[in-house]
Formats: sequence, structure tokens, C-alpha cells
Amino acid sequence: MDNPIRSHQLSNGLTLLAESMPWMESAAFTLLLPCGSVYDPEDRAGLSGLVCEMSLRGCGPRDSREFVEDLDSLGVDRNENVDEAYTILNGAMLAENLPAALAIYADLVRRPHLPADQLEAGRRVMLQELHGLEDDPQSKVMLELKRRFYHSPWGRPSQGKGDDLKKMTIEHVQEHFEKTYTPQGTILAIAGKFDWEPLCEQVETLFGDWPGEALPPLPAQPPKPQTDHLQYDSNQTQIGLAYPTLPFSNPDYLKAAASVSILSGGSSSRLFTEVREKRGLCYSVYAGYHSLIDTAGILCYAGTSTDRAQETLDVMLSELARLQQGIDLSELTRMKARYKSALIMQQESSSSRSSFLAQEWFFRKKVRTLSEIQAQIDGLQLDVLNQYLAEHPAKDFTCFTLGAEPLEVSHAVL
Amino acid sequence: MQFFETTLSNGLRVIAESNPLAHSTAVCFYVETGARDETPEVSGVSHFLEHMVFKGTPKRTADDVNREFDEFGAYYNAATSDESTYYYAFILPEHLERTIELWSDILRPSLRDEDFETEKQVILEEIRMYADQPPFGADDYCKALFFRDHPLAGSVLGTESTIKQLTAEQMRDYFQHHYTPARTTLAVTGKVDFDELVTLANRYCADWTPGTLPSREATFQTATKFETLAQPSSHQQYLLQMSLAPGGQDSRRYAADIITNIMGNDSGSRLFWDLIDTGSAETVQMWLGEFLDCGTYNLYLSCSPEMLEENLSMIQRHLAQVDREGVSEEELELAKNRICSRMVLSSERPRGRIFSLVENWTLRSEYRTLRDELESYRQVSITEIADVLQAFPLSHPTTVTIGPLEKVEVA
Repeated sequence: MDNPIRSHQLSNGLTLLAESMPWMESAAFTLLLPCGSVYDPEDRAGLSGLVCEMSLRGCGPRDSREFVEDLDSLGVDRNENVDEAYTILNGAMLAENLPAALAIYADLVRRPHLPADQLEAGRRVMLQELHGLEDDPQSKVMLELKRRFYHSPWGRPSQGKGDDLKKMTIEHVQEHFEKTYTPQGTILAIAGKFDWEPLCEQVETLFGDWPGEALPPLPAQPPKPQTDHLQYDSNQTQIGLAYPTLPFSNPDYLKAAASVSILSGGSSSRLFTEVREKRGLCYSVYAGYHSLIDTAGILCYAGTSTDRAQETLDVMLSELARLQQGIDLSELTRMKARYKSALIMQQESSSSRSSFLAQEWFFRKKVRTLSEIQAQIDGLQLDVLNQYLAEHPAKDFTCFTLGAEPLEVSHAVL
Repeated sequence: MQFFETTLSNGLRVIAESNPLAHSTAVCFYVETGARDETPEVSGVSHFLEHMVFKGTPKRTADDVNREFDEFGAYYNAATSDESTYYYAFILPEHLERTIELWSDILRPSLRDEDFETEKQVILEEIRMYADQPPFGADDYCKALFFRDHPLAGSVLGTESTIKQLTAEQMRDYFQHHYTPARTTLAVTGKVDFDELVTLANRYCADWTPGTLPSREATFQTATKFETLAQPSSHQQYLLQMSLAPGGQDSRRYAADIITNIMGNDSGSRLFWDLIDTGSAETVQMWLGEFLDCGTYNLYLSCSPEMLEENLSMIQRHLAQVDREGVSEEELELAKNRICSRMVLSSERPRGRIFSLVENWTLRSEYRTLRDELESYRQVSITEIADVLQAFPLSHPTTVTIGPLEKVEVA
């Protein structure tokens, strides 16, 4: 089941990871820079996002239009994302175009123009996104939930704040770029069809002489429970609910992730069954596992009509509380079946694999093979998992709602 | 890759594109019925029925259905569009029989009154959810304006009012007439043995009662209109446009698809450079809609309200310019690269081939390999683009804008 996974450490701190899938026509890369919105200065929320936006406006010998046209000529399907803890640049393409695409991305992270005459345009892109978020209650409720749950600087959305964005200068952008774009801790993960030796050589040539210091680690902030509501003119009330769990780097994280799978993996999961199927309370309800470096949360969502929102929240809370009583064997069996499918099907997508490799290395400093993960999943025993659930009850909730009326969080569970 | 097809004695079509190297299998039951097949009083019934299919049969409860799919780790779902309702699962190859047995059973649902009433609440929540999200129903509104009396004017979701008034009896009647084997295709891609698939289809679907294939012929005359809808709670202003394009059976659809890519791809297109790169708009996109008897060019814009009129003028200038002057060799080449690369990447997985396979077979009665599709795009010339723009110009769309603005001045 395992494809060969190789790694190569550059002397400047950049890690190259590569998984060979020689039967594919494509290759994909994930370039993960360990700088995210947590490094935004207190009064410049959104600066990391603006640096990323400006870095796409020309690099090396290309101006902004040539940058996009060169990638289009190579057929690179790309996206960029600034998260709390990192910035990720993804690309997927026909395998023969990988070397040319990597050369462009080396320019992007090392030699972006960050052109002063495009700062206004870049700022307006960020402001449009921020403004658009006001019409997207589902995204807004989860961003605001994270902001309250994790505490500054960890819950800070990369979209930033309008007032801060309006004050940023091109010097701020250049200075933040110099400080945060560094090979130390940067990961370049490749999956698909490629030749390992020439790839290593090319990566050494492109990135080997990139200097830079490691970013200072930021102290973890334990989440503090709170309840908050924001008045919002809408048909539905949006409910966001979060509680602490083990981070991805913890050896026991799989048990935490398993509890999310019981709550929300598949249509027979508890939240979907109890909230939607039995009671018809909403169209969309889910729980997700979200990990930062030292802290993590289980984040739950539901959107429903205002007159049914309190009942929806009550049912969600009672389901979270019920986890403590344990699960049955059939739930565990279904969870294992879902994991097995997901692992096998991941092998059909080079971009799924490259982003998996990068995440594994970022959080664990090693990459588990598919067989290792399969063995961990197979090894999950019912009594061990139930003991974990009994010892780690869902508690210390942060609840954030968006809609016409605030809701009551039952004190029994707080 | 190898293609296989057959038709069972009751009219059910079975097709497969087999790839022995795949790790997974994609299975789709595709029913040729959707919003265009509804009468106005049952608007939304196809989509509601799609939900009810999961509510059980004489031998399964809704809980059984949900549990059994999860037992073999299937990724499954269903969707309803104007012309089709389709049910699909992505599975490990060894679970083919369980998948076919399960779908074929639930595609003959009980449609019990009690389940109908509970699920009606879920549908109403889905409608309210979209009512809170841009473009706040303006997409249905634009479609209705554009298609006027044609069946494609109808809404997939229906309205709160049509859903509240719908009865289980009306749904059972709709089901009898529309979910016939002659209107259904079982399609499979990825790792599959076709002989085994046909055996399974016969074992589990042979008792489906044959029915007729009702005519979907309709004549239409599309409209060119401009309307502003006030939505005071909205923060951004949204704009939708539709105009006539080559239909799903017209070979000029490849050129039309390239035109929408050159004009409104999310990166590197003409509208991207003037509206998105400059920060004048949050989103602008164009895409091609394909239907049985026609096609549509579609445009979507979101921006801050004060930018709307300026952005709209810019869009109008671009649409008029491309109608007049066509496109350059360079931008044609870039658009082909973007489209072809995306197709190759998505086709690497069985799930990326299944919908293209089944749509080619149902809409056009043909099997087209990935290479055939790529070749059709590669062959499009700037002369052909110019011909398509002359036959199907972009510059006179039906336009609907929705947001805080109460009035919009059009130049």
C-alpha cells in the first residue's frame, strides 16, 4: 500500500519531502511557510494576508501579468491560503511542468517585487474579501468562534481588520516579508510523478542559498470558555460551539479525532442523526477537528430558524455530553471503514498527498506511511477509546451565535 | 481505459469506463428528471424527492440507509439540477455489490407520510439558509426572467410556499411517472468488471417496472431584461447575467466554453485583470450552462455597492468588445491550457470522470474519452470563436442585481 516517501534536509532549514506515485500523469506541490496570521503585529491585523496577496503581483523576472500567464501556460492549478500558523501555496500540474513551476515559486517566496504602485489594489482585494464575509454568515460565525475560543494571537483571522488594513504601507509589507519568509521551518512537499535525484538537485539550486533566521515560537494560550452573541439580520441563527481537545502533535490525537468522527463522520453520525434526521431542525450541522501547534479544538456548527435555534443548541450540547458515556462497537467499526476508504482514495490524488505530507511534517516533524496510519486505526480498541472519552468529557464550551436572538447555554454542561 | 454499455430489458442503461489500475470505484444512478419536468404547483418536488429517497423502503428504515453506507466507508450523496437527479457513491472496489443493492432498493422508496413531514422541515431550512446567502434567490429570479415560459424557468429548490403546500400524494405520483428505468442510467468508472456489473444490475434492478419516456420538447424565446432587487440587509451588491449560448448537443459548446474562460476565469481572464486584480470587485466569474435544447453564458459579480455601476460599465465594455473583435491567439492558447490541464488533473480519479461519462451518454448518446474531450478543445480556432460570438453574442444579457442599492443607472 505504501509509496516510497523520501526527505532531504537543506542546510538552511528547508525540508523537501517527496512521495513517488509514478503511475500518475500529474505532480503536485505544497509549499508551507511557517508564518501565519499569529505573526501579524497587534495593530496590523491582516498583514500576513496582505504580504501573500502582494507576493502574487510579480516576482523574479516576471511582472504580475507575466506571473499569471507563465503559470497558465504550464497549466498550473494553484491556490494560496494564509492560516493562523502558516501560509500555504499549492500547485498541481502535468508532471513534466513541475520543474518550471518550482522555479517560479522559488522566485515568489524569495524575490517578490511587492510593488508599491499595486499596494492600493492589493489592499482593496483584502477589503473586498472582508466586506464579502459580512454576507456569509456561515463563514463569519466560525471565524468569530475561533477568535473567541483561541485568544489572541492564535484565533486571529487572516482576513484582518479594515481599519488596520487601511493604515498599512508598502514598508510594512516589505518589512514583514523580510522577517517572516524564511527557509527555517519551511516545507516543500511533492507528490506524483517525478525523478528524485534531479528534483533534489533542482531544489538545492533554487532554495539552497536562501538565508534566513527561524521565527520566534509564540507561547500557547489555553482556551477560556465564554458565551457571546452578535445581532445579525437574517432568517436563520448561526450557532458555533467549541471545546478544547488534544492537538495533532499529541500521540493520542487519533482518539480525539475519533470522537469527531463519531459526532460527524457520515450520515449515521450522532449530530446528523439527532439534529437533522430525527428532528428536522436544520439542513447543515457538523463538528470538525481543528489543530494549532499546541492547542486544538472541536468546532461545531449548526444553522437553523430562530424559533428552533435554542432546541438545536440543546440537542447539540446533550450529544456532546453523551460522548462521555462511550460508543458502541458498531460505531467504531463504521469509523474504521471510513478511515480505510479515505486512506486508500487519497492515493488517487497527488495534491491530497502533497498537502498531507506537509501537514504531517509541520505538526510532527515526521511522516507516517499509510500502513502506519492504518495500523494505528486498526489498533483502536473499544474499551481504550471509551476510557479516553470518559476521561476527556466535552466541557469548557465557547459558544458564539449570530442572529436575531441570543441563546442560553445550559449551565449543567458549563 | 475501456468502455462498455448495455441496456436491460426494462430500459435501464448500464455503462462503465473501466480502469483496472484505479484504487476506487465511482457509481452513479442518473435519473433524467429535474426542475424542468415539474409543473408550477409542484415546483421543488424533484429536489425534495431526492431527499426522500434516503428515508427508507419496505425493508429499510432511514437509519438503516445511513448506517449501511457508512459501514463500508462510502462517500455518497445526491444532487438535483434542472434536468437531472443523480445519486452517487465513491467506494472501494470490493463493495460494488452492496452499493448496487443499496441504491437499487432505496431508489424505490416508501415515501411515508410521517417522513415526508419531517423532511419538509429540513427542505424549508435549506431554503432559508440560501435566503441568508448571496445571491439571495436572485439566481432563480434571473433564470425565470430569462427563460420566461420555457420549463427551464423553474426553480430547483422551489419556494417556501410551494414546499409547504406539496403533499406526499403529489410526490408519489411524480415518482411513478418520472423514476422509470427508461429515464435512468447506471454509470460506473474506476476499477470495475463490467460482466459483474451487468449481473448485479439484472439481479437488483430487473424488477423496476418499465415506463415511457415523456417528451421534453419545448419552444422558447428568451428575454433581455434588467432588474434591480433591493435587499437592505445585504452588505455587498451582486449581479447576475444570462444570455443564450450553444446547447449541450451543439459542437460549438467547446468554443463557447473557451470564450467564458477567456472572459471570466477566476484568474488570468479579461474581467479578472480589470475587476479583481485592481480590487474593484470581490468576485467575477463566467461559465457555460449546458442544457438539452440550449446553453447559457452566465456571469456572476460581487462587489461593494458603490463600485457596482463602474464595474457594470466595465463588464458591458468588455462584452461588447469581444463580440466585435473576438479573441487573440495568445489568450486562446492560455485558455486551452487552463481548461485541458484542469480536465487531466480531475480525471485522474474515478470520481472526476463519472459525471462527464454519464452526461455524454444521456445528453449526447456518445462515449468520449478524456483524449477526445481534450482534442475538441485543442481544435477550436479564433475563426470558430468569432463565428460563435456572431451566432451567440455576449453583449445583450438579461441582468439582475441584488443588494443594498435601490436603483441602478445603466449607461
